[in-house]
Amino acid sequence: MSLLKVDGVTKRFRGLVAVDTVSLDVEKGAIFAVIGPNGAGKTTLFNLIAGVYACDGGAIHFDGARIDGLAPDAVCAFGLARTFQIVRPFPGLTVHENVAIGALLRQADPQAAFAAAEEVLRKLDLWDRRAQVASSLTLPDRKRLEVARALATKPKLLLLDEVMAGLRPTETDRMVEILRMINRDEGVTIVLIEHVMRAVMALADQVHVLNHGASIAEGSPREVTRHPQVIASYLGAEALG
Amino acid sequence: MRREHLLLGLLAAALLALPLALDRYQTSVLVLVFLSAYVGQAWNVMMGFAGLLSLGHALYVGLGAYVSAALFVHFGVSPLIGLLAAVAVCVGVAMAIGALSFQFRIEGVYFALLTIAFAEVARIGFDHLKWTGGAGGLFLPVAGSDGQWWNLRGGPLFFYYVALAMAAAAFALCAALRRSKLGYQWLAVREDAEAARAVGIDVTRARMSAVVVSAAMSALGGVVHVFYYNNVFSAQIFDMTRSIDIMLAPIIGGIGTLFGPILGAFILVPLGEGLIFATQALGVNAPGAKAVFFGLALMIIIFLAPNGIWPSLRKRLGIGEAKP
Ligand SMILES: Nc1ncnc2c1ncn2[C@@H]1O[C@H](COP(=O)(O)OP(=O)(O)OP(=O)(O)O)[C@@H](O)[C@H]1O
Ligand SMILES: [Mg+2]
Repeated sequence: MSLLKVDGVTKRFRGLVAVDTVSLDVEKGAIFAVIGPNGAGKTTLFNLIAGVYACDGGAIHFDGARIDGLAPDAVCAFGLARTFQIVRPFPGLTVHENVAIGALLRQADPQAAFAAAEEVLRKLDLWDRRAQVASSLTLPDRKRLEVARALATKPKLLLLDEVMAGLRPTETDRMVEILRMINRDEGVTIVLIEHVMRAVMALADQVHVLNHGASIAEGSPREVTRHPQVIASYLGAEALG
Repeated sequence: MRREHLLLGLLAAALLALPLALDRYQTSVLVLVFLSAYVGQAWNVMMGFAGLLSLGHALYVGLGAYVSAALFVHFGVSPLIGLLAAVAVCVGVAMAIGALSFQFRIEGVYFALLTIAFAEVARIGFDHLKWTGGAGGLFLPVAGSDGQWWNLRGGPLFFYYVALAMAAAAFALCAALRRSKLGYQWLAVREDAEAARAVGIDVTRARMSAVVVSAAMSALGGVVHVFYYNNVFSAQIFDMTRSIDIMLAPIIGGIGTLFGPILGAFILVPLGEGLIFATQALGVNAPGAKAVFFGLALMIIIFLAPNGIWPSLRKRLGIGEAKP
């Protein structure tokens, strides 16, 4: 059953077509990757799904309801949480408060929200940092905090925008492990934008490739990495370094 | 937490007994301290909690004063009832300002400018409103009503306890709000509105509630202000300097903290009073001398405690604030 259905969405920034009639179909329980070169429109696509931008065309359905045109907070309340590529913690608040605020979406009582946040923080290896102010965290910890805060809203689907970027290989492996656990144990469907191919290969059931705003391929990781157009526009360039 | 509660208990006991040791003038200074702490607390809800800079907060104090005073003068309505009308008017105006700004995405300094604009409009408007005495001001009858506490009639001692209760209640209310779901939503919006939206917070609703709570609190400040002074002049009550005075205590004490507005008021009000005496005693009669010294003192305080006095004091005392 499809949980997220993106139907030919388009987004223009003045002259530039950042997302050009892109369609996705994300199965419930899947880990779905969106890849593509810089400026391909991946983040813009996320912003369309999360309600930050209005679509210039197309429709988005989530869990049976049409969500395009909804505000970001309404989309999140529907069970679709996102992280920001350029991390946006609540800088002056502690790690625990950051995540508890996420948990408050499903929890009227702050005490209970802090308890729920503890669970999430332990899952993401951030419990030791709970009393630290978010602005004092290192980048890898901030990335983890992004995931933790989004996860605390108890989403059905997580949109993760390059949460591995800037992580060392061991940290990447740990994040892969955590995401797999979230997906398997909690049944959270994951859509991730990622440049770290190692992580994409390890995690994704399905990969969608964007280039200049348009979809150029979709399939299993193995299929996609053999696709000539993908090699030409993205992987090849990276392989050649 | 224990240590804080103990400190609070001692402070409360001391403040209840304090008037025994004070003369009329000293008591009246403390009335100003408590009223300043009270309104500062209200301002802090918007700026300190929700990150909304109100530079025209005198608007709500002034409206509260005028509404309750006019109802009392014209219809003999007790200020306890007039307060309800004052709160209603202030909340209505606050919602209008909020709707206007949040609808048209007026944020940051532009929002602050809008708050000044509204205060100025009120100042000029009440200058011309005959029903409230126009520029000549509105005066409350004083004679023959002593001891009518339900009409807020009384001397400095009476207002000492009224203002003390208000300051304490505002503190308790803000402490409760700060720990509530709404309080955390305010902090999130203050820190990063976009990120707040992404975790499901209705930013407009959160901001609107901060404006409404702050305006409603300020209305009571205005009611007590006018019944204490027995007069109100639009040129004074809505003036920009009044708005600045309202902000100074929480800024100096520590924006976004619970003790900041109280501490700031305890420092600034006596400082202002002391400077009046000092300049007189020194024979400095130049106009604005007091303001210059006051400004110098502010600069020194801000230099020594750039985030406000309470945060640096708290660190030294080793106590926390508002952690679950
Ligand atoms: N708010 C905006 N206003 C104007 N142009 C924008 C805006 N956001 C993105 N763009 C443009 O849209 C295109 C797609 O950007 P987007 O951020 O979606 O790419 P991306 O695939 O996420 O890239 P990266 O891998 O570098 O994160 C780029 O050319 C970008 O400059
Ligand atoms: Mg991007």
